[in-house]
Amino acid sequence: MAITLSGDQAIPSPPLSARLTTPQVWGIVLLAPYLLVFMAFVVYPVGYGLWLARHPASYVALYHDPIFARAAVNTLIFLLVGINLKMAIALFLSGFFAQQRTWIKWLSVLFILPWAVPSIPTILSVRFMLNPEWGVINQLIFKFTAEDGPNWLNDPSVALAMAIGVHIWKSLPFWTLILMTGRLAISHDLYEAAEVDGASWSQKFRYITWPSMQTLYITCTLLSMIWTLGDFNSVYLLTGGGPADLTHVLATLGIRYLRLDQLSLAMASIVCALPFVLPLVYFMMKRLSR
Amino acid sequence: MKLPTLREIGTEAKLLLIGIPVLIWTLVPIYHMFLFAISPKEDAFSGKLWPTHPTLNNFKIVFYQEHYFLRDFWIQFFNSVVIALSAGALTLLIATAAAFSISRLRVPGGRWVMNLALFTYFIPAAFLAVPMYRTMGNYGLLNNHWSLILAMVTIASPYAIWVLKQASDKLPVELDEAATMDGATTLQLFRLVYVPLMMPSLVAIGTYAILLAWNEYLYAFLLLSKDTEITLPVALGNFLAADDSPWELLMTTGFIYALPPAAIYYAFKRYMVGGLTAGAVKS
Repeated sequence: MAITLSGDQAIPSPPLSARLTTPQVWGIVLLAPYLLVFMAFVVYPVGYGLWLARHPASYVALYHDPIFARAAVNTLIFLLVGINLKMAIALFLSGFFAQQRTWIKWLSVLFILPWAVPSIPTILSVRFMLNPEWGVINQLIFKFTAEDGPNWLNDPSVALAMAIGVHIWKSLPFWTLILMTGRLAISHDLYEAAEVDGASWSQKFRYITWPSMQTLYITCTLLSMIWTLGDFNSVYLLTGGGPADLTHVLATLGIRYLRLDQLSLAMASIVCALPFVLPLVYFMMKRLSR
Repeated sequence: MKLPTLREIGTEAKLLLIGIPVLIWTLVPIYHMFLFAISPKEDAFSGKLWPTHPTLNNFKIVFYQEHYFLRDFWIQFFNSVVIALSAGALTLLIATAAAFSISRLRVPGGRWVMNLALFTYFIPAAFLAVPMYRTMGNYGLLNNHWSLILAMVTIASPYAIWVLKQASDKLPVELDEAATMDGATTLQLFRLVYVPLMMPSLVAIGTYAILLAWNEYLYAFLLLSKDTEITLPVALGNFLAADDSPWELLMTTGFIYALPPAAIYYAFKRYMVGGLTAGAVKS
């Protein structure tokens, strides 16, 4: 008995080179460039960043920085209001664009534009439109009411609302397109049968559309949350975080600290967002890596 | 021809009631940019909806670099082109090799690498920018085009690998087997069988990576700073620093900068919509 047991161990496994077939060796060679990029520009920076954020003093400093608290609240508002509003509009418009009409097809071609063009010129365009003296919006308000319009970007809550508007303007086409793909996958027979039974518009939505789209809608909302957390442009290019640093979100705040050479604060402010981000990432990876 | 019924007219009216606000909402910022580009300075600031004297003079000023802010326009335009094309080519190379390795050669640990790549895809871009900036400094790459190219490759690759893997899993295994029976080596299999069959996805991914790099602002603004090294979006952002920014020139430059991605998008729409939306969220 003892002989067979030790016999197992006695046979040395063949060396690694002999166990790998030629295609497998090629597989490793072809995978190596990506692994190199991943190590150099993801693993090392993330590890280094976490190491920089290791001092409890940074978190105490953040806690006492009123700009951080304001940015955290702004981020929450941005996520809760911005995403739900955007996804609800996208869900509604996906039904509109799913209609088979030539003019709606043409409209959908134009509708993609905000997503297809880079954000900086369009966001700067909006910024100028909102200029209290020279912007077209206040000029029109003056023309019709003979009164000065509001100073849109001077009041932090109005400015934040405008930034959310810009964010929605930019990303709405993408999500509408995705949800439309989901809608078009629903069998048409279901709707025809419902129509025969005399179902109303809202009943069709409640009993056919929503149940088939629910999972897609939730996935899109979560993915959109991750991307919105990383949206630097909408806030930075419209308000620059101002007035008085009151419209920062975590994405712009990290860069603000970085520009002020307070690297450990920059990293710490990002680490504070991790408890929210990691569950989202985990869920998305589970959904997508199947 | 059948006349439309009252009910059909009603439906059409309701659709128009949605369609018209959607059209206005979509186009206003873009139209406003275009309006500035074709307006002389006086008209641009007057709040008119169409200039009294439309002009192409702003384009002339930009193209001939006739303003202090625009003295490096062509260099910056060229920087944007070089960086976008390099990032696109490098992403394609790295991601295609990785997808082939994971999906066709079933390399040990391939699944694991896929998950790592997906994890990167989900790190918010502005969060990764902070440590990435310092890392590029440590590597001595700041103010070097390579820093932005490599950053864009890092950000584009995960999604590229993931989409390409989904697409290559759909190719039948028999193709590989038949080619191997005929004596094809692994590299021949890659070059002569795999790449030609993957062409539509490769076009979609290449376009995606080029547009990503062309449109990038945050990383470009952190990693590059010299006037002759920066890309167009950073130059546009720098306009804001001055109190007396020539907004009509800013908008003209912005319009020129926005044209290539819009044109590329519409030229490759067929591939983009198929390749990207199918990959973006698997329902």
